[in-house]
Amino acid sequence: MQSTAEKKTIRKVIFASSVGTLIEWYDFYIFGSLAPIIAMQFFPKTNPTAALLSTLATFAAGFIVRPFGALVFGRLGDMVGRKYTFLLTLILMGGSTFAIGLVPGYDTIGFAAPLIVLLLRLVQGLALGGEYGGAATYVAEHSPAERRGYYTSWIQTTATLGLLLSLGIILITRKSLAPNDADSIRVFEDWGWRIPFWFSVVLVGMSIYIRLKMHESPLFSKLKAEGKTSKNPIKESLMHKGNLKMVLLSLFGATMGQGVVWYTGQFYAQTFLETACKVDFEQTRTILIWAIIFATPLFIFFGNLSDKIGRKWIIMAGLFLAVISYRPIYTKMLAVASTKDVVMDDSKTKIERLIRPDDAKGHSIQTTTTIHLYQNGITEKLVHNDTLYANGLEKPQAVDKLSKELPDDGYWTMVALIFVQIVFVTMVYGPIAAFLVEIFPTKIRYTSMSLPYHLGNGVFGGMTPFIAVLLGTLYAGDVLVGLWYPIAIAVVCLVIGTIYLSNKIDPEVND
Amino acid sequence: MNTVKKYLGLVWIALAVYSYSILLKTALERIRLVPGTDTIIQWGIFAIIFLPIAIGFVMFGWMAFKGAYDQLPVSSDGVKD
Repeated sequence: MQSTAEKKTIRKVIFASSVGTLIEWYDFYIFGSLAPIIAMQFFPKTNPTAALLSTLATFAAGFIVRPFGALVFGRLGDMVGRKYTFLLTLILMGGSTFAIGLVPGYDTIGFAAPLIVLLLRLVQGLALGGEYGGAATYVAEHSPAERRGYYTSWIQTTATLGLLLSLGIILITRKSLAPNDADSIRVFEDWGWRIPFWFSVVLVGMSIYIRLKMHESPLFSKLKAEGKTSKNPIKESLMHKGNLKMVLLSLFGATMGQGVVWYTGQFYAQTFLETACKVDFEQTRTILIWAIIFATPLFIFFGNLSDKIGRKWIIMAGLFLAVISYRPIYTKMLAVASTKDVVMDDSKTKIERLIRPDDAKGHSIQTTTTIHLYQNGITEKLVHNDTLYANGLEKPQAVDKLSKELPDDGYWTMVALIFVQIVFVTMVYGPIAAFLVEIFPTKIRYTSMSLPYHLGNGVFGGMTPFIAVLLGTLYAGDVLVGLWYPIAIAVVCLVIGTIYLSNKIDPEVND
Repeated sequence: MNTVKKYLGLVWIALAVYSYSILLKTALERIRLVPGTDTIIQWGIFAIIFLPIAIGFVMFGWMAFKGAYDQLPVSSDGVKD
């Protein structure tokens, strides 16, 4: 039984670790959420080198640098200590995020702009790779054995809450820069997008202050005092057969499936809402925000439950439910947003035209907005932009954008469908920190658990949107074809996890 | 159960080789269809990052086949060679 003082200490530890990790996720996600605007500012498609750097910023930061960061900072954390390592990752992440908000655009400094942004994005990926393992290890090494799942599950809420915070800050900023929405969005796309990056420095400053006051993990301090820390954690993690087999088992039997379920429920769902269901920008974000708010307490619930019944079967149940329900859920999402065979109320159709001169380019943009109302309550908005050239010789360039606004019942059905997917996320992700921490010994824990975590999440999970789009291109007739990737990975992981993993909880991680 | 673990090891080895060959085939096909540095970089990154993972999956299968997972350590203290 824990004393009041111990409970107070662990609460402080959880708070200090979680706030910092949440901010790191926030920093990482705002770049992704603002990718189209960042591309306009720094990576113009007209310049092939800038477009190339854009590809590198997107792919390299997630796939290569994250696992590399896990090794670099994991090694540091196992040699120098958890506290200073995850303090360093926080400073690197906060500093690079703030700096992205300061970089002048491509129009101002040319080629240097995308290059600087790429470098800063790589630093972000590196820092993220080092943060999570440190925070999870730090909390777990302060936790009593019978509450390890519960306490570490607070760390597990941070990735989702970081996403929530980034969506919220972006939506608020986007709407509050001018008295009306259209002007506010224009200001946001011009320079207002920098505010969420600047905001990070406030959060990071607070978090650094809190973390500086924390002590080193007691297990690591003991190890260090006894001179038993690892001399070469990477070698011990990956070159020693006994440990390597557990790294491989963690990856293929747990984090690989967990990663795809996480990314499908929170990122692919968002992309699908916007691109396949054509739900408008704001509704897509608020649907996700509500679903996250309702589902987040379940991270704690499943973390706590894993202390009682073991980690394995909760994770496997989450994978199983995801595998059997993804296709029905996404079919329903399409149906909720569909206007096929629904009668349009012609009397309520509105057409608005607006011509704006584009002085810089010497031509005008004509925007025609057609709004249809369907009998199932869906409002469909088709925005058609024509470029009108002054010389009348060049052919007009037309761009169409279709978006739908759902009625209340459709909106809340969509929230429920995303909520169910995030419940699967909470099942696979809530107990995973405790599960990983218990597998590896203290002296190489930071390195050993970070690698399968970031390979599972960064590589397998991060690939989800790209593979889904690729499958959609190859098999254009099936809108749901993109789901076969997460389903296939989750099935393999489910079979490996069920057959090879143990459900035993390690009562003592002091080794 | 140990027999199942053992022979499934061969399945994981085959799956690793098959998946990686599919990835390489798709990469080459995409580069042929949409030539350009952008496509090469993107698919090059996929091919590079999945190579050690595929090797890891083969090793996992091999270890399973050799019985390394017949008995898992009961605590992290037992994670030894």
